[in-house]
Amino acid sequence: MNKLIAFFVIFLKDIKTYYLKPPNISWGIIFPFAWAGMFFIRTGGNTLDVLSILPGIMAISILFGTTSMLSVTITFEKKNKTFDRVLLSPVPLTLIMFAKTSGAILFGMANAFVPFVAAGFFVSLSQIQLHILIPAIILISIASTFMGLFIATSVSEVFEAQTFSNFFRFPMIFLCGLFFPISKLPLILKPLSYILPLTYGVDIMRGVINNQMVLTYTIDFTILFLFCAGLFVVSLYNVKKKWVL
Amino acid sequence: MVSILEVQDLTKYYGTQLAVDRTSFSIESGEIFGFLGPNGAGKTTTINMLTGLARPTTGKIYYFGQDYTQNIKKAQHLMGIVPDESNLYPELSGFENLCFCGALYGLKKKERESRAKDLLEVFGLSDAMDKKFSAYSRGMKRRLTIAAGIIHKPPILFLDEPTTGIDVASARHIRRLLLEMNKNGTTIFLTTHYIEEAERLCHRVAFIVEGRIIKIDHIDNLLHPVKDRNILLLTLSKIEDGIETRLSAILPEIRCVRTSDNEIKIESIRPLRVAQIIRILEENNIEVIEARRMTPSLEDVFVDVTGIEAETMKKEKEKKEGQG
Repeated sequence: MNKLIAFFVIFLKDIKTYYLKPPNISWGIIFPFAWAGMFFIRTGGNTLDVLSILPGIMAISILFGTTSMLSVTITFEKKNKTFDRVLLSPVPLTLIMFAKTSGAILFGMANAFVPFVAAGFFVSLSQIQLHILIPAIILISIASTFMGLFIATSVSEVFEAQTFSNFFRFPMIFLCGLFFPISKLPLILKPLSYILPLTYGVDIMRGVINNQMVLTYTIDFTILFLFCAGLFVVSLYNVKKKWVL
Repeated sequence: MVSILEVQDLTKYYGTQLAVDRTSFSIESGEIFGFLGPNGAGKTTTINMLTGLARPTTGKIYYFGQDYTQNIKKAQHLMGIVPDESNLYPELSGFENLCFCGALYGLKKKERESRAKDLLEVFGLSDAMDKKFSAYSRGMKRRLTIAAGIIHKPPILFLDEPTTGIDVASARHIRRLLLEMNKNGTTIFLTTHYIEEAERLCHRVAFIVEGRIIKIDHIDNLLHPVKDRNILLLTLSKIEDGIETRLSAILPEIRCVRTSDNEIKIESIRPLRVAQIIRILEENNIEVIEARRMTPSLEDVFVDVTGIEAETMKKEKEKKEGQG
């Protein structure tokens, strides 16, 4: 029970300090609209394309929102030693990491719903199976957040976190099937697509929103879950190894 | 009686570099125990191992007789930790920072808020409770960091260089608070490179140099060998090379060392003949600007035991701070 107090206070502090700040709220709103605008211009503003671009915009919004925030905030806290304050408390490391990532996961989910709600003004979303879409959004948010955590625990400077994030994110956008179907990628790049968590998240969302899937829900959810677990375990290992010297 | 903390043969290597070498000591309940040593002596590494920010290479750490070496996390509720740099959140107010720290130790909302208010008052920060931590002065930051360290009323408080880099008034305030906390039952482990601070605050002190404890004892016991020593501190117009040797050759019963660019310290177990010393210096065209008789202090013991001048330690620290 006592540990839960610590969990909620760390979580709420992060929400208040980082995620509810006006620049981040505006980022969460503007970012998906900017991407949507880009696609609209490219397609001549045909509303029929909303559903085809929606999975990609939702996935990118989650990916950028979570990785940008978490990798930078944790690196920043480690750098100015405030993270040590939490590390030196009797709260178990696993719980600390869950608390630190929960805010980013929620932020990622909120980012995903901005384009989803906006799309509802242009097209009917009644055919979308929310009981699959919502778990998919949650799992993509967790996987992206844990990717941010992995980045944060692998670097020591804020600028390194930003560089490392981009090193992961930009290739991922092009390789996970958002812009180009994986089937049309050069043979040498195809294996790369399948080692990226976003590929599976996008596949689920394409299945739910566009009825187009490469794999099955079971495979996508299982692999995404394994990515989440793997990234979290590696991040914990990094913290223990690098931050508790 | 079971010691609140017992350390056996604690050793730490960073790669091939030895940082702490087979350190052993124990701290009794109600004690103020000081770790005194120059930069890089292993003081912070030792605190980090005892509090869970570093893993010992070998050795054992016991709190209340129980071995926590492999799982310091389980002992962290017993300790308050005040690192050498304030590590509170700059974007939170003083009050919010204290409440946050209280929550990390499982204090419920009402309890942590009331405790935070009490501590802000005791530490003279009530007026600044709603100010952001980033707007605090260095002395205020230090006081709040100490308050954050004791919000959960830990039996033992670790302080790493508690008064380094802050103004004299704040340092005095902090020393007074530490003595008060100790009077109220908190056991204190502190590291410092200020010898006079250790002498003023601590019941027992360990001298640590190059990762090894070279002397550990109660202040009174440490001072015993020097208590009959006569010490004269001379401020001179200039210091010529070899003047210490010349003085010692003329007055074999004295020991003369240069303590700064224009100061020498003369020690003897016999009464010092000040007039004669001044005459010798003047014959060498050295004017004595000031002559002060000094009471033997822990500094003399430290210099005797380690061979390191206190002034050198201070300068090293200031240099390090300047770089950082």
